[in-house]
Amino acid sequence: MLASILITFVSAVFINNFVVVKFLGICPFLGVSKKIKTAAGMGAAVIFVMTFASAVTWLVQEFMLKPLELEYLQTIAFILVIAALVQLVEMILQKTSQSLYKALGVYLPLITTNCAVLGVCLLNLEIQGDARFLMSVLNGAFSGVGFTLAIVLFAGIRERLETAQVPKCLEGFPISLIAASLVSLAFLGFQGLFQGLI
Amino acid sequence: MVEIIIAVLIISGLGLIFGVGLSYASKVFAVEVDERVTQIREVLPGANCGACGYSGCDGFANAVVEGEAPTNGCPVGGNAVAQEVAGIMGVEPEGIKRTAARVLCNGRNSVSKEKYEYQGIDTCAAAASHFGGHKACTYGCLGHGDCKNACPFDAIVMVGGIARIVEDRCRACGMCVLACPKNLIEIIDKTKKYSVMCMSKDKGAVTRSHCQVGCIGCTKCVRACPQQAISMEGTLAKIDYSKCDNCGECTKVCPTMAIRVMDFGE
Repeated sequence: MLASILITFVSAVFINNFVVVKFLGICPFLGVSKKIKTAAGMGAAVIFVMTFASAVTWLVQEFMLKPLELEYLQTIAFILVIAALVQLVEMILQKTSQSLYKALGVYLPLITTNCAVLGVCLLNLEIQGDARFLMSVLNGAFSGVGFTLAIVLFAGIRERLETAQVPKCLEGFPISLIAASLVSLAFLGFQGLFQGLI
Repeated sequence: MVEIIIAVLIISGLGLIFGVGLSYASKVFAVEVDERVTQIREVLPGANCGACGYSGCDGFANAVVEGEAPTNGCPVGGNAVAQEVAGIMGVEPEGIKRTAARVLCNGRNSVSKEKYEYQGIDTCAAAASHFGGHKACTYGCLGHGDCKNACPFDAIVMVGGIARIVEDRCRACGMCVLACPKNLIEIIDKTKKYSVMCMSKDKGAVTRSHCQVGCIGCTKCVRACPQQAISMEGTLAKIDYSKCDNCGECTKVCPTMAIRVMDFGE
């Protein structure tokens, strides 16, 4: 049990990192990664949404859609869940941390369309074995952690890029994309980490 | 047919649950926004210049409602805005002191000497980094217009190689004060007409050799002022504007015309 949780963790955070390996959720990854603080805030919001979305969508799938053979409604039902959760996060943030709320700006409601969230919910359904619900929720949370790791790492790089001497034609987004690809390349090193184990 | 109805029911049921949940959550996490903040924000000029000392007009509106900032704290809006803000806050309107920036140097090219011919980047900051600038006087206005470029209200003109403020347009936001590498610009009460138009801390003889209109520290104005508003800071005369009553005795005695009326309208 503990071993499979650990494997899920390493898999979700490093090997199958949603942003830099699966290339899902690139929009906030590039949009909110200018400062480490806002990046961490975004990461926290995504962890929250992913965890609860995993739990709720799994329950919706298992106890509503499956018995009624309505699996084809997955996408729309999941989006509904995610949108509601994002709204909730937005309200909580506005109440608790005005500065973070303002810093995240339009990217906060855009978590709704963050394909990483929908992606993790859909991929959770493929999980086999016992304690599927628990593993789904954990996978959601760990995927959020992976997202946070990637975005905070990248924000650190971008903060340094601010002071770096970048050729004129590469200033701004181009150099950020190049940096992102290098981060992605680094994460590729984790591929095959568990091949011998599983 | 039944399948369709079930599908519709399931999705709309989910929507209903989330809707009710969210409307409940919006009550729990409701953030009270004082409507006076939005009202004040609407009457402010919206230049977001930061002259009030807060982060833009939104910050100022919040600070007024919280009682931190005075209702007349917006120097850009002037009396009209101060009155409206006071009206929204329900307090007596306070008049606003009309201030404007003033460039305290009179060393036009015709009266001041050059140290060398400068052919570098056309900004004061760049010129000032080469031996303190191309003017013989290291305190004087270099005339490349860093202040002019910084002014959001187009209130600065370059005349004869020095910067001059058009007081009618100046909103005292202080951007030029920050931009000047020689720290020549001060925000001064508009009603006080006389200023020592020199910032040279050199000795009198040195100042005189650099510029015909510099303050040479003769202290004649100090003795002439009936209000005792002028004092010496080293070799430079300073006017205490709170005492000055615009009598003009100082200009009459100043041998270099360093003290003069600043009357530079449109």
